[in-house]
Amino acid sequence: MFGLEKKDAKLLLIVAALVFFAPFLLNPFPSDSGMAQFNAGYPDLMQRFVIFGIFAIGFNILFGLTGYLSFGHAAFLGVGSYSAVWMFKLLSMNVVPAIILAVIVSGLFAIVIGYVSLRRSGIYFSILTLAFAQMSFALAYSVLTPITGGETGLQLALNDPRILGAAQTADGNIPVPGIFGLEMRSTAELAVGPWEFVFNVGYYFSGILMLASFYLAIRIFRSPFGMMLRAVKSNQQRMSYTGLNPKPYTLAAFVISGMYAGLAGGLMAAMDPLAGAERMFWTASGEVVLMTILGGVGTLIGPVLGAGAIKYMENIISKINSDILHGWFAFLPDGLEDFVVAIIYPFIGKGWHLTLGIIFMLVVIFLPGGLVEGGQRIAKLFGKKKTNDAKDGAEAKTPAE
Amino acid sequence: MGILEVKDVGKRFGGLQALSDVQLNVAENTCHAIIGPNGAGKSTLLNCLIGKLIPDSGSVMFDGQSVLGRTPFEICQMGISRVFQTPEIFGDLTVLENMMIPIFAKRDGSFEMNGISSVFSQKDVLEDAEKMLEDMNMADKRHMHAASMSRGDKRRLEIGMCLSQNPRLLLLDEPTAGMARADTNNTIDLLKEIKAERDITIAIIEHDMHVVFSLADRITVLAQGTPLVEDSPENIKGHPKVREAYLGESA
Repeated sequence: MFGLEKKDAKLLLIVAALVFFAPFLLNPFPSDSGMAQFNAGYPDLMQRFVIFGIFAIGFNILFGLTGYLSFGHAAFLGVGSYSAVWMFKLLSMNVVPAIILAVIVSGLFAIVIGYVSLRRSGIYFSILTLAFAQMSFALAYSVLTPITGGETGLQLALNDPRILGAAQTADGNIPVPGIFGLEMRSTAELAVGPWEFVFNVGYYFSGILMLASFYLAIRIFRSPFGMMLRAVKSNQQRMSYTGLNPKPYTLAAFVISGMYAGLAGGLMAAMDPLAGAERMFWTASGEVVLMTILGGVGTLIGPVLGAGAIKYMENIISKINSDILHGWFAFLPDGLEDFVVAIIYPFIGKGWHLTLGIIFMLVVIFLPGGLVEGGQRIAKLFGKKKTNDAKDGAEAKTPAE
Repeated sequence: MGILEVKDVGKRFGGLQALSDVQLNVAENTCHAIIGPNGAGKSTLLNCLIGKLIPDSGSVMFDGQSVLGRTPFEICQMGISRVFQTPEIFGDLTVLENMMIPIFAKRDGSFEMNGISSVFSQKDVLEDAEKMLEDMNMADKRHMHAASMSRGDKRRLEIGMCLSQNPRLLLLDEPTAGMARADTNNTIDLLKEIKAERDITIAIIEHDMHVVFSLADRITVLAQGTPLVEDSPENIKGHPKVREAYLGESA
């Protein structure tokens, strides 16, 4: 099916189902219940799930297949965002040309950075990419202010030309991004009893692109090209003495993953039309490395799971504050309640990084294959014959249970 | 005219003259052994042939074309394959995938952006790889992780990978180093079989005289970076210079 092996086609269908039904799956708690804060089914977060999923899928093509660990992939994310916003400023608010330009520009950027960085491998490659990304960040933040908006970031303005669209709406506002008239932010709500489900155009648009990216990644993984990339990781010496030139293979992988990052950056701008230099900061590059390793390096579904898990924690755990904790532990005697809250407090709110760090360490130490390996072990435990990667998808996206 | 002609090759590493005035002429469809004590420059010479090192002087011609200044993958595409002292295979890949890669390299050249079709839809490559595995008696191991095989099997796979490209010249760098006797004998048998069945020239570097005398048609003895003698195995056995180089006797 779709030119895929049966197992891969099944995985694709499961991921597609998860993407389409995410508004239901991610909102398992009634909106008036105390657990409602664990609901992740609101447009902003769902968009982030799939956009960072694209980012991580692309990163995994480079890191998972060739073993080249780039520490500067956020540069492509930022370049994609800036390109998309410029398209909104100059051409029109349609997201299609914006995203196409984002992918092309980040691809060109990746050719240049990749060509230089890939002269070295291992830690030196990582350092070179990190240096390039930090240079891009510094340029965007200061020197290139006319292009990037500097500290304030690149924003839309009422006097932008937008030659193919309206510079401003009838009531004098800045128009919003859309696809052929359908606004990205438009949302339909469905209330079933106490549950509320939200269906957002931007989410489904990003989700479909994520599925397309995922499908392309499967094809690349299973192709001769993908096999050569794994050969690069395994033994470059044997590759050269087999008559293959490893350089163009690694460069192609680097550019493809840069274009994935550009697509993700373009989509971020399409959801919220502004771009800031902090999107290129090294922590953003580190985040995609964490996502890929947490989910499972070199696996198909792993990066998507990792992206989902990290974005979930970032958005849900960080919203828990001490009042909420006190509410949960109100049944305990006063002194004990304060004690328990004091223990948990460092791990929530702004301390969510601590939680992430601990989970990351536990995964790396006990599950070197990431969440995918965890899922496989659970599947084995229950005596299932086949491991079902996508089952973990639901688990990872709704770990609140 | 030999298929491989090495003339006046010299190579210096700092204060060490690793090779000087090396002459070597490997005739087509023969097995030519290069022997010599440790430090004689055998590996340096081999590295000069396959593009890993560039000699300071002299010329290396393969089939009338110079190999100097070419990268290893270009030299391989010209028809020279190399087997390493420790088997170099793709350890993370399966045996079948290992065998497919050189066949892809032969079919598509040093770089091909074939990122959409499935590996297993390439029936011609798959068939050739399966056939080569049969020839190597490894068909039952096709789905094994290459890294998990025994050293003898890795060597067998590596030789198979080289042969799958139908090279005109096969370079072997101590192919039985560190092997158990049984594995050594298997490797000798395999190489004899290859020699008998294929139009292939073999150049072999070896310490083990048993291996050398079972395979070689012609032997060059290298000592201190220079060829001492080149002769048939029978004559080499009793040659006083060879005894001197190997045993340190003053004749």
